[in-house]
Amino acid sequence: MIASCADPKTLEGLTWLMCYLTSGKHVLFYLSFGTVLVLLAVTAPVALLFGFGGAMASRSRLAPLRWFGRIYTSMVRGVPDIIFFLFVPIALDQAFEWLRARLYCDPSVPIRQGNEFVVCTAAKLPLSSSPEWVHQTYGFALAVIAFAIVFGAFAANVLYGAMTAVPRAQLETAEAYGMSPRQVNRRILIPQMWTYALPGLANLWMILIKATPLLFVLGVEDIVYWARELGASKTSAYSYPHGDWRIYYFLAILAFYLLMTWGSERIFDRIRRRLSSGQATAAGEAMRKAAT
Amino acid sequence: MNRLMLAAAALALSAGMGMAQTVRIATEGAYPPYNLVNDAGEVDGFEVELGNELCKRAELDCTWVKNDWDSIISNLNSSNYDAIMAGMSITEERKQSVAFTQNYIPPTASAYAAPDAGVDVTTAVVAAQISTIQAQYVAESGARLLEFATPDEAVGAVRDGQAEAVFADRDFLVPIVNESNGAMVWVEGQDNIPLGEGIGMALRQSDTELKAKFDAAITSMKDDGTLNQLISKWFGEEGVLY
Repeated sequence: MIASCADPKTLEGLTWLMCYLTSGKHVLFYLSFGTVLVLLAVTAPVALLFGFGGAMASRSRLAPLRWFGRIYTSMVRGVPDIIFFLFVPIALDQAFEWLRARLYCDPSVPIRQGNEFVVCTAAKLPLSSSPEWVHQTYGFALAVIAFAIVFGAFAANVLYGAMTAVPRAQLETAEAYGMSPRQVNRRILIPQMWTYALPGLANLWMILIKATPLLFVLGVEDIVYWARELGASKTSAYSYPHGDWRIYYFLAILAFYLLMTWGSERIFDRIRRRLSSGQATAAGEAMRKAAT
Repeated sequence: MNRLMLAAAALALSAGMGMAQTVRIATEGAYPPYNLVNDAGEVDGFEVELGNELCKRAELDCTWVKNDWDSIISNLNSSNYDAIMAGMSITEERKQSVAFTQNYIPPTASAYAAPDAGVDVTTAVVAAQISTIQAQYVAESGARLLEFATPDEAVGAVRDGQAEAVFADRDFLVPIVNESNGAMVWVEGQDNIPLGEGIGMALRQSDTELKAKFDAAITSMKDDGTLNQLISKWFGEEGVLY
């Protein structure tokens, strides 16, 4: 990085620390914070979409769709997260490769050979010859799907509850005006349910933030991976030998997560205030009284 | 996300038709001097240098993948990569699930290190890395075994006082003992225990063609002495030569 860091063995004190903290490995550590943020930024809307779909399905008048929604929410919520995270990426990966093997490979060669799962070179996903970032993106995408399925189920439950919490009188009035069920949904139900859904969704967001270290379990090199790797004691085989520093690195991660959740809470407070105004809820009523 | 996946899939489809065979080699990256992640953030170590040379001789296009030790064999069998070079000792038990090339490090010694040289390793609490021949040996020795995901955590447990001794490959422990200023010493009479059949590269059992290529490459490096040079370079005087 910096020219004076060329020979770390001669450095001391603050310069050593500066060089140490700017080594290539540390840069990867800093970038991995971005990985976590990207995961949050991508997963949250996708999970919300899954949740919305699940909630709408649960309320559907078509019985099979309703069953599907109910089964999705109750089944996924009933399985420990970590089992789901271990299962979904492997299952998806093998399902994709199996489908591609049907297309591109010689069908006479079995895919399962003893305890091996082998598809021909052309069916590999990603191909062995593709660059490393493709492999990492692929792994990351599988992780996002797993996160979205799990958190989507929780979000579906929250949204379903919020939809039933909207006062029936509001919907009846809309019907009296001659709106179709679809119009009632779009114009009355959905805009009003957010205020009821927000506490639950805010909770889920917090849990999602705290669940991001599960990336490490999925083999994605996230902040936990790099903290453990960098904190491990280093002998002179490395340029910057040091003792067991894991505690400092984990402390840094701890501070990062506290900052994230603290910041989120403030943002949610603002949204809550905005959504409550003019609503027939206790919070909305309190705001109305305060204003007059 | 969908777009990302589509992009990845499109790239995967368009790239790599009719190129030299690409072999993905997995390593742990936490077992110096066998394999490690250097300060530039790249995989490095004896096995990485050896692996690159083997691939050159076998005319293969190799890339490195980092994988946790714990799942390294199962991910090989589910074809996430094609080979393992991670200080893995050749044992009968592992041969049930994977195929090994001939060894590229001769059978080496394992050793106990502890703060106190007089500790009785058959009754003490001993730390070792999970799923290693050392862990198995400790379990059979009658000592209480504490298993850890990485070798560094096993050593850390001794420093924290959680365990009374650590059992690992001698080559891995040598720099740790030497640089501890006396905080870690070899346990008396327990610093040279031969285990396993040497260290080899693990491949899927169905990959016989690849195994033949790597076996030939290892033989050629043994014959012209370059393997010994590499061992001396990374393991110093303590390294066992062919």
